Amino acid sequence: MKSLIQQLVETPGPSGFEYEIRDVIREGIGADADDVRVDALGNLIARKGEKTEQGLRVMVSAHIDEIGLMATHIDDNGFIRFTNIGGINPLTCYGGRVRFMDGTRGVIGMDGLERGKMPKLSDLFIDVGATSKAGCPVKVGDVCGFERPFIDLGKRMVAKSMDDRISAAIAIEVLKQLKSTPHEVHFVFSTQEEVGIRGATTAAFGVDPDVGFAIDVTRTGDTPRPGTKMAVALGDGPAIKVRDSSFIADPRLVDWMVKAAKEANIPYQLEVLEAGGTDGRAIQMTRAGVPAGCVSIACRYIHSPSEMVDTDDVENAVKLLVKLLGEPILLG
Amino acid sequence: MTKKIDEALKIGAEQIELLEKLCNATAVSGDEHEVRQIVLEAVKPIADEVKVDALGNVLVTKLGTGENRVRVMLAAHMDEIGFMIVKKHDDNLFAFECIGGIDERQLPGKAVLVGRDHLPGVIGAKPIHMTTAKERQNKISVSEMRMDLGPEIGDKVKPGDRATFATRFEELGPSIRAKALDNRFGVAILIELLRHAPENIDLLAAFTVQEEVGLRGARVAAYAFDPDMAIAVDSTPAYDLPTWDAEDENVQYNTRLDAGPAIYVMDRATIADRRIVNLLVKAGEEEQIPFQFRQPGGGGTDAGVIHKTRSGIPSTSVSVPSRYAHTAISIARKDDWEHTLQLLHAALRRVTPDLIAGERRD
Amino acid sequence: MIDLSELLKEMLSASGLSGFERPIREIIKKHWEPLTDELSVSKIGSLHGLKRGQGAEPRHRVLISAHMDAIGMMVAEIHEGLLRITEIGGIDHRILPGQPVLVHGREALPGVVVQPPSHLLPESVGDGPVEMKYLFVDVGLRPEDVKEKVRVGDTVSYAQQPLDLTGEAMAGHTLDNRVSVAATTLCLEALQNRLHDWDVWAVASAQEEETLGGALTSPFEIKPDLAIVIDVCFAEGPGSNDWSSLPFGKGVGIGYGPNIHPALYDAFEAKAKALEIPYNRDLMPKMSGTDAMAVQIVAEGIPCAVIGIPLRYMHTPVETVSLKDVRRAGRLMAEFIADLTPDTLNKIRWEE
Repeated sequence: MKSLIQQLVETPGPSGFEYEIRDVIREGIGADADDVRVDALGNLIARKGEKTEQGLRVMVSAHIDEIGLMATHIDDNGFIRFTNIGGINPLTCYGGRVRFMDGTRGVIGMDGLERGKMPKLSDLFIDVGATSKAGCPVKVGDVCGFERPFIDLGKRMVAKSMDDRISAAIAIEVLKQLKSTPHEVHFVFSTQEEVGIRGATTAAFGVDPDVGFAIDVTRTGDTPRPGTKMAVALGDGPAIKVRDSSFIADPRLVDWMVKAAKEANIPYQLEVLEAGGTDGRAIQMTRAGVPAGCVSIACRYIHSPSEMVDTDDVENAVKLLVKLLGEPILLG
Repeated sequence: MTKKIDEALKIGAEQIELLEKLCNATAVSGDEHEVRQIVLEAVKPIADEVKVDALGNVLVTKLGTGENRVRVMLAAHMDEIGFMIVKKHDDNLFAFECIGGIDERQLPGKAVLVGRDHLPGVIGAKPIHMTTAKERQNKISVSEMRMDLGPEIGDKVKPGDRATFATRFEELGPSIRAKALDNRFGVAILIELLRHAPENIDLLAAFTVQEEVGLRGARVAAYAFDPDMAIAVDSTPAYDLPTWDAEDENVQYNTRLDAGPAIYVMDRATIADRRIVNLLVKAGEEEQIPFQFRQPGGGGTDAGVIHKTRSGIPSTSVSVPSRYAHTAISIARKDDWEHTLQLLHAALRRVTPDLIAGERRD
Repeated sequence: MIDLSELLKEMLSASGLSGFERPIREIIKKHWEPLTDELSVSKIGSLHGLKRGQGAEPRHRVLISAHMDAIGMMVAEIHEGLLRITEIGGIDHRILPGQPVLVHGREALPGVVVQPPSHLLPESVGDGPVEMKYLFVDVGLRPEDVKEKVRVGDTVSYAQQPLDLTGEAMAGHTLDNRVSVAATTLCLEALQNRLHDWDVWAVASAQEEETLGGALTSPFEIKPDLAIVIDVCFAEGPGSNDWSSLPFGKGVGIGYGPNIHPALYDAFEAKAKALEIPYNRDLMPKMSGTDAMAVQIVAEGIPCAVIGIPLRYMHTPVETVSLKDVRRAGRLMAEFIADLTPDTLNKIRWEE
């Protein structure tokens, strides 16, 4: 699974520009889905299974977009000013390397870097080595993502875009391992989550599920002197979300997931995230409403170019989801 | 390449007269009555279907004639930023609230028109003689300001009445000076496009309400139309002014006057479908219509809700650049307006089912 | 006849925080059962009660949306038997220290919100207000028992008992918005003896305080022609005296602003005048802060009215309301509904 993860995290795909990563996903799914389609916002929707009498139409959503940058102006000397796509922290930008969709590479610079002073995005620029405006290969509106290689630390893995490619990897793995299910499961590889849960909004309307789950990363409270206290830690198992600031997971699903994890002896933790949202919101609010939950992967340093997850958490998330999707869903 | 712009697609006296009427009308978000009346009068004779929906959107359908017509939604919001009277004080002065994004520093010393009868009033300010230097360093807050319609206003104004800036439409050489160019430009352009609707598409024109308070009208309009693709037609700020330190290059101009219609690649609410962006670019290049890209970044248009409707609708926006939007007086160029009209028409004529048949890609 | 005071007290005794509405839903069910023809629960937990009209089919539908969910807190972390909390809905942390609460763990546990002494908090807090992240809930149990009975994600509700004040006023937590559910119940009761053409869909909606989830979804299913959203509004009182507050106990609010269809405002105003039901125009220049924000923009759009019951000290455990206004709201809605005819919709127009 690690080679799939590496391939996923190293493929660029800022929100709205998911065509490359979508092709990688499509290839990863291969012939294991019963049907694959792409909707108007670029969501890739892979169906597995037929709905039986005990079954439901289930949506499982993992977003494939990542945060990125878009060029807003090329100045007279060929430096590129940019705006953010999704939540970019200027703190993690300086000195960062970027890759535009056409392969152009550059670095993020800033004048007058002062100790102890937080830069603003407008203080930063991208330098692609151009010496003039005319010589700059980048145009206004061109898009880039951070470039950082995947590192395997054994029990832990680090890369850019673990948010949320790790979940895409999990979803692909679950799709492959799910040999029998009473459900019609629609694995949605959603777009534009980082800019406001947009892809999952239209995918949920199109799929019209009876129940849905998001898979996404969540913050942790297990680093030295954590600014945010939070009862989630790397390695404590997949996190079953109770709430985040975008939605409240259906308590019936939470109970059902907890019960399943206990039965199968899969470690789990409960998650209350005070800031952040997931595709779960879009699923819950679509049409006449849908019971929705979320399986989260604890992740440190979210939205930095070095996001860290735990390998066991990933494997246990796959186990948990395979178990959940293989059984009737009891809404108590 | 030949320039083949339809001679009819010009901004002449008739178009200017309509825009003047639209700009001088009051249509604060939630009370778009006056502009709606003008729109209805203009579109009823030329449309196949006209409907006013639950929120007050005007939904106009103009069918084409060809085979395999793409259903293209164009949206232009009718509402503008403004004020609501919220309380009458004993001294016959009125407290008010701002509706939509208004910089309160723009308010003191302005003339306003209040209510359906457009009763004149002013937002005063304390005489400078009675202020201290320190006081003048602070903003005057809206809750301290009042609208004054004279001592005998009586019951002619009630809490709940809307008000706008009193600016009247003027032509200044190549420019127009008016309030509410955001987005009467869009409204005027949609009316003109309905008058000259291309035959290859079904044109679904939504004159929307409540854009300035959260893109509310466009959401239900898009649901009702269920189009194949959409373009929001709006007006966007031109910040093409010098920087304070004149040595510095202005790198945040958003758009520039005289550079033509602004095509959107991305704003805070929408990441444009590049297929439509490319169509607009192609149309502009082939017909030699100037255009510019709006700098990607903040702001949002009706496209922000349209593209998320139902199973998703490929969308982008095109705006007429205008200086000083959301203040009492905006200034924009007639040429940019005309070119926006022409660019949209040229793009619509090129719409085929192939355009959006495949996957969203660059 | 429904005893309003008893009904409210029964509803206030039940929990039902946003997303966790089951306890209050069960109580409302019991009261709506005899007043409606059909009851159902939406996919995300809103209660739908249908009272059929007597008009010829197909009948128009009017939806009443009264959110039933409550604000409160949630266990975010457990430290040595003490519970760190986060909010559900909007709570001013300054009212929390010393509040009695109920923790909904494996069993309901009474607790109290505690403010640690300032020498245990970061120096910057000093003697200023203490943010929620520094507060704890103490349920008086030993850490090992807490571990057994409480888990992260359990809800915590206010436990202040309701109080009868003078002049038919009542104080308590969660009067926002159980008073509107009560008014809706009174409306349904009043309609028992009235002929009404339209189908009435009473909705006790879920998740208003967090996501407007009930209001976004139930109308999609019910497809009403008109909607009445009923919620509390600000009453004049300490710290709340500007234009956005209505006099306490002096009549219901009729909402006016972009969320409200002006023809429905006019219709409600005319009805209140005709029946001499005291009311005040409740100005909502931008958004109404109610379910109407969502209901109005569901699907192709739904014309909304907003009725408000003035309430003091909103989102505290001692919210205060006048029962007179609750009755007025119930009666006004019932009279409005009884007057709906098959061609009423033709009058709900934009062009006057």
